Amino acid sequence: MKRSFTFLLCSLIIFNGVWGQTRVSGKVTDPSHHALQGVNIAVRGSYDGTTSGPDGTFSFTTTEKGPQVLQASMAGLKTDTMNVTLNGSLVDFQPVMVKAFNQLNLVTISAGSFEASDEHQNTILKPLDIVTTAGANADVVSALKTLPGAQQIGENAGLFVRGGTGSETQTFIDGMLVNDPYFSSVPDIAQRGRFSPFLFKGTVFSSGGYSAQYGEGLSGAIILESQDLPERSSSTLSVSSVGLGVGQEELSKSKTSSYGFDLNYTNLLPYYAVSKQREDFTQKPVFWNGDFNFRIMTSKTGMLKFYGYGNYSKLGFLGPSLNYPGKQDLFSLINYNVYGNLTYTGLLGSHWKLYAGLSYSDNIDKIQLGQDNGAGDTTIDLNQVDNRDALGQGKVMMTRYVGRFSSIRFGAEYHDAFNRYGYDLYDTNYIDHYAAAFAEGDFYLTTRFVARIGARSEYSSLLRKGNLAPRLSVAYKVGEKDQFSLAYGQFYERPDTLLWLGYGHSLGFARATHYIASFQRVSDDYTFRFELFYKNYDHLVTTVPDTSNGGSGFARGAEIFWRDRKTFRNVDYWISYSYLDTRRKWINYPFAVQPDFAATNTLTVVYKQFFPKLFTNLGLTYTFASGRPYYNPNLPVSGFMSSRTIPYNSLGLSASYLTTIHKAFTVFVLSVTNVLNSNQVYGYVYSNDKARSMAIVPPANSFIFVGMFMSFGVNRSQEVIDSQ
Amino acid sequence: MKKLLLASVILLSGIPVLAQSARYQAAMEKNVAILNGTANMDTLQMLSNNFERIAETEQNQWLPYYYASYCQSMMAFMETDMTRVDGLADQADQLAAKADSLAPNNSEIYCIKSMAASARIKVDPMSRGQQYGTISGQDLQTAETLDPTNPRVYFLEGEGKFYTPANYGGGKAVAKPLLEKAVALYGTFKPKTDIDPNWGAAYTKMLLAQASQ
Repeated sequence: MKRSFTFLLCSLIIFNGVWGQTRVSGKVTDPSHHALQGVNIAVRGSYDGTTSGPDGTFSFTTTEKGPQVLQASMAGLKTDTMNVTLNGSLVDFQPVMVKAFNQLNLVTISAGSFEASDEHQNTILKPLDIVTTAGANADVVSALKTLPGAQQIGENAGLFVRGGTGSETQTFIDGMLVNDPYFSSVPDIAQRGRFSPFLFKGTVFSSGGYSAQYGEGLSGAIILESQDLPERSSSTLSVSSVGLGVGQEELSKSKTSSYGFDLNYTNLLPYYAVSKQREDFTQKPVFWNGDFNFRIMTSKTGMLKFYGYGNYSKLGFLGPSLNYPGKQDLFSLINYNVYGNLTYTGLLGSHWKLYAGLSYSDNIDKIQLGQDNGAGDTTIDLNQVDNRDALGQGKVMMTRYVGRFSSIRFGAEYHDAFNRYGYDLYDTNYIDHYAAAFAEGDFYLTTRFVARIGARSEYSSLLRKGNLAPRLSVAYKVGEKDQFSLAYGQFYERPDTLLWLGYGHSLGFARATHYIASFQRVSDDYTFRFELFYKNYDHLVTTVPDTSNGGSGFARGAEIFWRDRKTFRNVDYWISYSYLDTRRKWINYPFAVQPDFAATNTLTVVYKQFFPKLFTNLGLTYTFASGRPYYNPNLPVSGFMSSRTIPYNSLGLSASYLTTIHKAFTVFVLSVTNVLNSNQVYGYVYSNDKARSMAIVPPANSFIFVGMFMSFGVNRSQEVIDSQ
Repeated sequence: MKKLLLASVILLSGIPVLAQSARYQAAMEKNVAILNGTANMDTLQMLSNNFERIAETEQNQWLPYYYASYCQSMMAFMETDMTRVDGLADQADQLAAKADSLAPNNSEIYCIKSMAASARIKVDPMSRGQQYGTISGQDLQTAETLDPTNPRVYFLEGEGKFYTPANYGGGKAVAKPLLEKAVALYGTFKPKTDIDPNWGAAYTKMLLAQASQ
């Protein structure tokens, strides 16, 4: 017994001390043999270890014994380990560390799309860019017009993308289609988007090849994602040369829910009093609009969001009549618009995500058209137009996560649309039930290669037709920053509202087929993208010689985007260039020609500079577009759309000064469009007898905006300071 | 004999336990001492690694995670390569979360979280100022609620104000009373143990001197 105890004691002593320490040394490298500094080298489960030096080498002694695990670890890298037996003899450890897979170096689907978001690094734009781009006046669509693929259309609402019309680009908020995203159209004047850019944390502008989740757009999609819970409660106040606004955001004490509202009143009377407009405004534009939102975190991953919007606006003006010389044309508009959107997203278990949404919108336009009696009296003989479109929709989507990065989504949506069109005694309406189902998978074969394969099928009760649209995108990351992408897809759209009336199911869906190839290099400091596209149109609606789906066309081109945030201190600039070659035969075109909404060359340069000492941001946006075709009815048919307008030039300027006034964060903004007073002509219209023509031009050469935005944060750290 | 054997086993198995705790104390004291005298990125990374090894070995001590997180936050502040700041701040957040799970509702840990959030602002002040400034401020508020006598709360708040231009609600005049309060609290603050957080006093005095100019 005694002997065995002595033996036990001796063994323990031997184990504890006699063999003494073991030295571990080596060098840490990455797979291309570059030394790595700062790596944590450890004997797992003990204090013993060290940190690799600038040349990647390390050396330490350990008192640990026997079978152990050596490990090398560093943030962002995959931990490398080695099994060893520590027995006093020198251990050589040569860890090779590879990048850990994470979302940042994962390849992403990028062909055809530009994303503005804070969520991912290396996005091409930040949400703030939408607000701070000169000439855009905090309008989402105006800011997106500085990106390649967008046309500089000043006479119509909407985003005209790659040879497509404004109605070929749809807007989606939290996955739901928005029927009337722009203020009601006024002849020959572009209208702003209804929704404030501050509402959204993410904006994706797709100029083609987009996901099967979205339909109804032949050319493009603007995909807006609303803000989550605010970081704190706050109030806002804005005073500008065109109106007033107040807003409030309340975050609950538990920080799991919030509500907010905004109220805005815009009246252009004071501005028009000092700035002469071409038209004689009988009713100065007045807008009342407000919105309300709530957001509730229903669980750790579940979020319920509501956004509601309402607008009432009116305007009216007189302009020289083209058809009745000596008289004036009157146009007046009253608009009522409501929009509501309720969505839920949340995880179901660890592999499934549920998305469900409901939305309703209703838009009423009351328009008066006609001529005065030649002496300004418009009380007689006016035509009354009454338009209404309402849309209710529901959408459900399930996402199943597969493996580390791949996912499969599928879902369905249903739209119930009511449209009414009234012109004096003529009054008609239609109801369309539209249903769609879609399925799509993002398959990551490696972290460098992803394929998105999907399809969408739609049915319209009015057209009594359905369709099936396949979509395919692949992206391959060739280096840390470089990526090649390809996209293919078919896109269907119902004909324009007015064309449906009276034709109903004799017409069918128009179709566009996209082929896109792109290369991009994205780093933190600069972004370069080159994209080639070909888009084929068929089943476009023609009205001459008969109303049918007999039209067709194509658009092809090349686009370059360059953004640089580094070269010049405090300067951020980007350059977009688009080359577009497009022809189409549709509506009343006698044959395929370049349409009047397509310019061959478009160049945009956006320049932003921050002056830290002056707390001032300065922004300049220069845009050039080559002349667009217009129709001169005095030319023979062979000369249809052969005339060209002068090239379009525009330089916009904005300056903002940031300060605090009585603890309110305050921004003063000055913005001026068309600073150089360039002559801008969007096209020409001719009188019915072809004898007279008139250039389509902006209501005034430039627009000047001065405003002050204040934000009051309700924050207890502020109170702490106050109490000092 | 049996008793002797039992006693020996207890003794021998007890030694490692005692040794372990003495070893923990010694290792922490050594590293905290180096930390108090350093403002060098490489040294901070080394210390962070040391604390992390201690933390992973101990599993139930919050301080080594806390100090590792502090090192990463400091590095995030000092880093001039903007592409690396978020990685460091992420690391600081993860380590702070581990410390938090071992010692919930600890004022000191919220101070570190606040530091990590405000370090992120410089990457893109225009886009991030409001977001991370708010998070940082809220973490300090929580830290204050948990321990109103923690001088680091007022030091960090004062430091933030000191480096914020007056146009954005900061400036020396705003920072001064906060730094004064921090200095007063540093005068009475007693750390629970030799290895509990006890940093910032000298730097606060230096900032206060500058704020008073």
